[in-house]
Amino acid sequence: MSKITIDHVTRIEGHGRITIRLDDAGKVSDARFHVTQVRGFERFTVGRPYYEMPSITSRICGICPVSHLLASSKACDEIMAVRIPAAARQLRELLHCAQIVQSHALSFFHLSAPDLLLGMDADPARRNIAGLLEEHPDALRDGIALRRFGQQVIERLARERVHPSWVVPGGVNAPLDPQAREKTLAEIPAAAAIVARTLALWKRAVSDFPDEIDAFSNFPTMYCGLVGPDGSLRLYDGNLRFVGPDGAMVADQVRPDDYASVIGEATLPDSYLKAPYYLPSGHPEGIYRVGPLARLNVADRCGTPDADRELDEYRSRFGRIVQSGFHYHYARLIEATYALERMQELLDDPAILSTKVRAHAGVNASEGTGIIEAPRGTLIHHYRVDDNGAITWANLIVATGHNNLALGRGVLQVAQRFVDGKRITEGALNRVSALVRAYDPCLSCSTHALGMPALLLELRGPDDELLDTIATS
Amino acid sequence: MSEKVKVRIDGEVLTATTGQTILEVARANNTYIPALCYMEGLSAVGACRLCMVEISGVGKLQPACTTPVQEGLAVVTASPQLEAYRKIALELLFAERNHVCAVCVSSGHCELQTLAQDHGVTHVRYPYGYPRLAVDTSHPRYVLDHNRCILCSRCVRACAEIEGAHVWDFAGRGIRSMLVSELSRPWGEATTCTSCGKCVQACPTGAMAEKGWGVEEMTKQRSVVSRLSSMREGE
Repeated sequence: MSKITIDHVTRIEGHGRITIRLDDAGKVSDARFHVTQVRGFERFTVGRPYYEMPSITSRICGICPVSHLLASSKACDEIMAVRIPAAARQLRELLHCAQIVQSHALSFFHLSAPDLLLGMDADPARRNIAGLLEEHPDALRDGIALRRFGQQVIERLARERVHPSWVVPGGVNAPLDPQAREKTLAEIPAAAAIVARTLALWKRAVSDFPDEIDAFSNFPTMYCGLVGPDGSLRLYDGNLRFVGPDGAMVADQVRPDDYASVIGEATLPDSYLKAPYYLPSGHPEGIYRVGPLARLNVADRCGTPDADRELDEYRSRFGRIVQSGFHYHYARLIEATYALERMQELLDDPAILSTKVRAHAGVNASEGTGIIEAPRGTLIHHYRVDDNGAITWANLIVATGHNNLALGRGVLQVAQRFVDGKRITEGALNRVSALVRAYDPCLSCSTHALGMPALLLELRGPDDELLDTIATS
Repeated sequence: MSEKVKVRIDGEVLTATTGQTILEVARANNTYIPALCYMEGLSAVGACRLCMVEISGVGKLQPACTTPVQEGLAVVTASPQLEAYRKIALELLFAERNHVCAVCVSSGHCELQTLAQDHGVTHVRYPYGYPRLAVDTSHPRYVLDHNRCILCSRCVRACAEIEGAHVWDFAGRGIRSMLVSELSRPWGEATTCTSCGKCVQACPTGAMAEKGWGVEEMTKQRSVVSRLSSMREGE
């Protein structure tokens, strides 16, 4: 009996460890995904003025600080009990869409494309960005250009690409520069062309991965995401919806401030990452997934023409409810299409140039919840304050947290399929990593963790003895 | 009765008036000497030790803000030794409390941050104290974050000397010194506070700020205190 540990998982944000346990026959008996850091944002923010929370919590992550900035600012809006100006709402959604585009580009091209375009069994020395440059230079160039577009829109709006301070409780702190609007409108077609090209490429290539589709978290769970009043996909606002593995409605239009009635949080003995579950079903039966795959499962439609066309095709190929975690990649590209169309819609409205972009107020409520759909899934910031506005309690539930249970179960499924104790192949190890990567987990966000990159694979026997350790790099 | 005297600052002979300090004469003649606790219009206390200068014939460094000029005084305001000491003083200020520029309302408008940048403080060579300090949010309009306080006492003097309320003072000694409002009452309960905000405008860092501003948003009108003082000089 032995145990394999992958420490650390590479090409993800943050670092994690995977333990695969083998039985005496050398077959996989158990597999776990661990997140190995703790950061304590919920504790050390106690006592801080609530309006500092957006800038403090956005420091949780350098990949999508905008997500935390937005969710936190929305929670602060609630504490101030203000309805933010219409243009501020539009600008926040615009910023969010730009971030979805850049983050999805990062996940698909920079992190996963080496597996997807070069092959899971490709030589690890070449299964990276440099290998992509040789074999798929156009795709790599597209990926870099798409991410740059998203990042530059963020910079144009918010002055800084990483950790901007533009989004504030009550709105944003500066109106949209008309030149930034023109420039962004001019750049959207090229970005949309990249996404369309990549979708065409992926729609052909996806059928080359029948084993991965079959084994990457291909099991029934519930799905959770924000939807609009009409059930359409929402990224910046909306209410929570849970659907079952068969698409049946489990809970609909759950208001953000009522999230605790549907989401419970369990702690796991071997990970710093909390494990949220659908409360009425209990733990661990209440397993659900969030993120691109889940959002497209819960939404009736996207609500923009190109994305809806792509969604129809995706559903015609894989079903109304798409179960395999491998299709996070496909879903990500459809969402990028949607985000670009939304950016166009928002910028086409001249009202977005309004100079009324910020509401000022003091503490008018003792509690506030802000929920958005971050690139990786539903992000919840929930604060309580005293009468003077000092934080007395904070709870953050991040996208990777929601997926914790599914990630653990997915690791077991993929290990059972690809890992054979007698011969640990590089391809098998990489498939375990690739499963994790399909979820695009952000471990720095999920434990709100700091530190070194990447995955350690540990092979352990029945008595927990460490038999082998293989680090992927 | 004030008299004209001749002093030499960095080799340049300047005319000054007795009663003026080295810092005042230097600044009046466009010679920059860094200072944090000094503020035009308030009494000088020599607390921050950043304005230390070398005086010919005097064996130790002297603070420019509290040392009066006299005939024949020869001063050096910049030298490798002074630069080294100023850097140490700045690093010790950072080490003493929890200064996190990235999430500070005054980032980009902070005198401590600016001086650190000007003096090339890229890291702090001393162990940080990481004290557990509270944030006083009790005032309806303003907030006091002890984590960002450098004990320069500009707020104390602005309140006592310009507003005449003397809400602020120090309690404790040495590294345990703390800014307190009205015998350690929460700021919001201080009966002498007129909520004029001069202390906030005088504060060089993000320790005192108006409520509701996010990171980088707290810009201060520091000239207000100096202007009020100069307008009252004739009274």
